[in-house]
Parts: sequence; structure tokens; C-alpha cells
Amino acid sequence: MLRYISSRLVIAVAMVLAATLIIFLIANTVPGDPVLTQLGDVAANNPAIVEAYRHKWGLDLPMWDRYWLFLRGLAHGDLGISISSQRPVIEDIAQYAPATVELSTVAFLLSVIFGLPLGVLAAMKRDSWIDHLARAVSLIGVSAPTFWLAFIMLAVFYGWLGWAPGPGQIGSDQFPPPDVTGVMLIDAPLAGQWDTFWDAVSHLVLPSIVLASATIGLITRTTRAAMLEALSQDYIRVARAKGLRRYGIMMGHALPNALLPVVTLGGLAYAQLLTGTVLTETIFSWPGLGRYTFQSAVILDFPAIMGVTLVVAIVYVVVNLVVDVSYALLDPRVMRR
Amino acid sequence: MTPPATRAALTDAAATVLATGADTRSGRRRRWWRRYGLAALGGVVILLWGFAALLAPVITPYAPDTVDVAGRLAEPSTLHWLGTDELGRDVLTRIIYGARTSLLVGFTVVLIGGAAGTLVGAVAAYARGWAEEVLMRATDLMFCFPPIILAMAIAAALGIGTRNTVIAMLVVWWPKFARLARSLVLGQRSLEYVAAARTIGFPPTHILFRQILPNAVGPLVVLITLDLGNAILVFAGLSFLGLGVVPPTPEWGSMVSEGRELVSQWWVATFPGIAILTVVIGFNFVGDGLRDWLDPHARRR
Repeated sequence: MLRYISSRLVIAVAMVLAATLIIFLIANTVPGDPVLTQLGDVAANNPAIVEAYRHKWGLDLPMWDRYWLFLRGLAHGDLGISISSQRPVIEDIAQYAPATVELSTVAFLLSVIFGLPLGVLAAMKRDSWIDHLARAVSLIGVSAPTFWLAFIMLAVFYGWLGWAPGPGQIGSDQFPPPDVTGVMLIDAPLAGQWDTFWDAVSHLVLPSIVLASATIGLITRTTRAAMLEALSQDYIRVARAKGLRRYGIMMGHALPNALLPVVTLGGLAYAQLLTGTVLTETIFSWPGLGRYTFQSAVILDFPAIMGVTLVVAIVYVVVNLVVDVSYALLDPRVMRR
Repeated sequence: MTPPATRAALTDAAATVLATGADTRSGRRRRWWRRYGLAALGGVVILLWGFAALLAPVITPYAPDTVDVAGRLAEPSTLHWLGTDELGRDVLTRIIYGARTSLLVGFTVVLIGGAAGTLVGAVAAYARGWAEEVLMRATDLMFCFPPIILAMAIAAALGIGTRNTVIAMLVVWWPKFARLARSLVLGQRSLEYVAAARTIGFPPTHILFRQILPNAVGPLVVLITLDLGNAILVFAGLSFLGLGVVPPTPEWGSMVSEGRELVSQWWVATFPGIAILTVVIGFNFVGDGLRDWLDPHARRR
């Protein structure tokens, strides 16, 4: 067991290193020139300014020296300085990450709360109206463009009905609470600002539904398939032959066995949510990592793009590691493969 | 009357057929529709969009980029069925022309990415040893990057434009095909016909591409079909962010983006989104139907 985990760990670290190299290569071999994007037209035509600028950001060093600088900085937790915000990238990420974690955690909870029961019901009453409903919900959730769904939601519930607040994390009439964790839903009650708390909750409703739309479908489908698989096993027939009640069979026998693939998918879905917030955050003006990534990509802020992508890759690798290890714990046969 | 023991082993559908003696022509047709009806519907939707893309100039009397400031933001009417946008361009016309970009990009990304990934996965599985290790670790590595973020970084770096966005998407698109192709080839590899082909003395490339791949192509075709909708979605998303087509090229994602502030002129953003939705659902239906057709056992899940 320990050997399995440590070998997984070594692979994970190697993956993260290789990921930094790939991102670095992409950022360096492409023709786009960050200098021309950053400086205005006037400054970009002045060779002296361009030269000073390149020197300041180390852009005049050979590529491998720059990669070495990047790696050495990394070992000290330094991801470089964002060209646009003029602050360390790690500070930018630390500032924007909590909002993304908040949004994607709420969206993940929503997907599980709706997706799991819907999948179980769909499997129990196969080919009934609820099965068809589950299929339609997951189909539309997976097929509808996120950005379009966001527009429809905003147009209907904010513009037309006025039930939900507009874009943003809190209303403009609210004072943000003192920054403790960065998560609005925790900081506001800590400061005793219950009005701000409820305002933040209402601002979360639309973006989290939009973000959850795809994962609800995914979890529903997987749960349904896993339940049907479990229900076709011999032990279910035995339980039925014993005369156990249908509800007891479902909850006590089928569901626990169906949960394994769902747990795996759940982990990956959470990682996907954390990193898939770009479109949702951009539309809802959500001050998170997704919007930050988009803004950095558009102006070719390489240190920022590299930092974010690295963070994202680490999240992916860590989630995969956790999934692998939990799988081995739940099903010891995995290790022998 | 069938004895009970046999009936328990039959599927519900077959049991119904036996019990009612309904294996008539109309019964068969009804069952075909129940199984493949959605796939047929999806196929019709895709075909309609295909015709719209091909025959765009014949279908609509308007040009996609004629600006008409006097007639801007007109409501849907008999003159402009789906209204006009902020520059007075006919929304329906732009949606029809937009089908060209979306379908072309979807097919390009999935076919080229699918071919490249299949090649990597098939070679890895057939070669085994260090070549497999290297190729599959590279594939795993690409999975660390969420497609949209990496595509965004690449598209931003290469410069904005349809061709560059397609290149960016190709970079992130092949790994899932590599994984599937590898597992398919691994499954075929140990079968007897491969050993027979080797005994006859066929070269490895012949065995891999002429013997094994044709036998493994079914699931790949299913994945390609299901993935077409996905590719169209991602491209529309990148276009929405301003990293796809260059204006004024009509494209569904950028049309939604142009109309996103116009809440009371809802038609500008709503209809292009519905266009995306129908295409994606269409490809999903066709893909599901193909899978049922190729693997009738999986249908019951």
C-alpha cells in the first residue's frame, strides 16, 4: 500500500514538472509578442523603451535560462510578477482563488444534491416519466452552451422577473467584510454582517446553477448506469428472493455498490468545476480565477497564464492522485494491476 | 405458452413480444422507431444544418455582413424572421452562415484530432515497451490541462483567428482518442487472427492498419460523433470570449457575445444559442444511436 502510494506520488510530481515545461514552451515558441501588446503604440516604436522593458522582465535572456529562473522561483513559491497587475502572480492567485472555490463548491453541492437522487430514481423506475425527465435534464445540461445559459438566466431572472441580483459577488450597496478566508459566505458571518451574507447567497444562485448544469447531467447519468449495473447482480436477486422490501434493497444493497464509480466521477467533476469556471465567471463578473485567466490570456500576460495553468495542473494531478489512492483503498485489486 | 424458467431469462421487451405474439411487421417497425427514432431525428437536424451551410446564399435574401443602421435591433417580423442585431444585420442570415464555421471547425478538429490520437494510441498499444510508456505518459500529461484553459492560452498566444483557434483546439483534442484507441488495440492484439497474420508474415504496419484498426473502428466512430457537438461547444465558447473568429465573420458563439448586453432585445443572443443547442443535441442523438447499433448489449444500461 505504502509503495503504491509513494510511486503514485513520484509520478504526480513528475507530471507537475512536465506540465510547467509544456506551458513554458507554449508561452515561448509562439509568435505573439507580449511587449507589443503591453506597451502602447508610441512606446513600442521607441527601441530604447522596448529594450529596457525586455531587460526588466528578463525577456532578453535565452529561453532555457528563463525556464531555470522560473523553476528556481517556483521552489521559493514565486511564480513571477504579473505584467498587467505588477504584483506577484502568487498574490493574484491567492486573491482570486477563494471566489472560485466558493462558486465551484456550491455548484458541486448542487450537482450532487440534484444529480444523485435523480439518477437513483431514474434507475429504480426505468422508462417511467422520471427516467425520461432525468435523461432530458442531463441532455440539455450537457448540450447547452454555458455562456448562452448564463445569458438566458440573467435575462429572465434578473432583467425580466427581477428575482435575482445582477452580476458580481455582492451588490454595490454592500460593504465587503474584512478579508479572513476570502470566502464571502464565511467572512460575512464572521464579521457579523448578515445582510452581506444573504446578499452574497442571492448573488451565488444564478452562477452556481449555470456552472452546475453540465455536472448535474454527468452525475445523473453515471449514477443511473451504476445503479442499473448493481441491480442486475446476483446478490440483488438473492435479497429479493429473501423477501426484503424494495426500498431496503435499493438503499442497503444496490446504492452502496453503485457509489464507487460515482465517487470517482465526483472527484473529477469537482476538478472540472474548479477549472471550468472561465466562461461563467466572465459573464457573471465573478472576481475569481476563471475571469483572471481570461483577462491574462487576452493581453498575453505570460507569468499570469503560466501561474494559473500550473495551479490548475496541480489541482488535476492532486485530484487524480486522491482518486487513484481512494480507489485502491476501496478495491484492493487495483494495486495488483 | 413459454415455460416460466425461460421467460425469466428473456428481456422484458422480448417477453412482451412472445406473450402478445406481436412480432409483426408493424411491431418491428415500432421497435425500430423506439430504438433509433431519436438518432433519426438527430440525423435530420444535422442534415438540415448541413444544407443550410451549403446553400446559405440561396436560402436567405440578405448578406451576412450588410450593415443597416436605420433598421438596427428590429424585432422579429415577416421581413426579418429572427430580427436584426445592433448593426441592422439579419439574425437568421447570420445564423445560417454561421453554420458554415461551426460545422467546418467541428469536423476539422474532431477528424484531425481523432486521427492523430488514434495513431498515437494504436502505435503505443501495438509497439508496447518503452514506446508505449513514452506515448501514454505524454497523453496523461495533456490530461492535466483543462481543454479550454490551454486552448485559451494557445489561441491568445498565436493571435486571434479561426485557423489559430483550430490549431489550439487540436493540441488539446487528441489525448482522449489516444486512450480509447490504445485500449481497443490492446483488446484486439491477443486475438487469434493477429497471431495468424503475424505467422503469414505481414509487416507490423499492415497488421495494425489493415487488420486490427478496421476491427476496432466502431467505438472510435461513436466517440467522434459524440465529440463533434463538444468541439462545436468549445469553439463557440472561445469565440464568445473573443478568441475565435475575427468580426464580422458570422459565428454563433460571437453572436451570443454581441447580444449579451441586449436583454430587452433578447432575440439577438437567444437564437444563435438555440442553433448551437440543436446541433449539439443532434450529434448526441446520432452518436447514441450508432452506439446502440454497434453494441446492442450496452443499450440496456
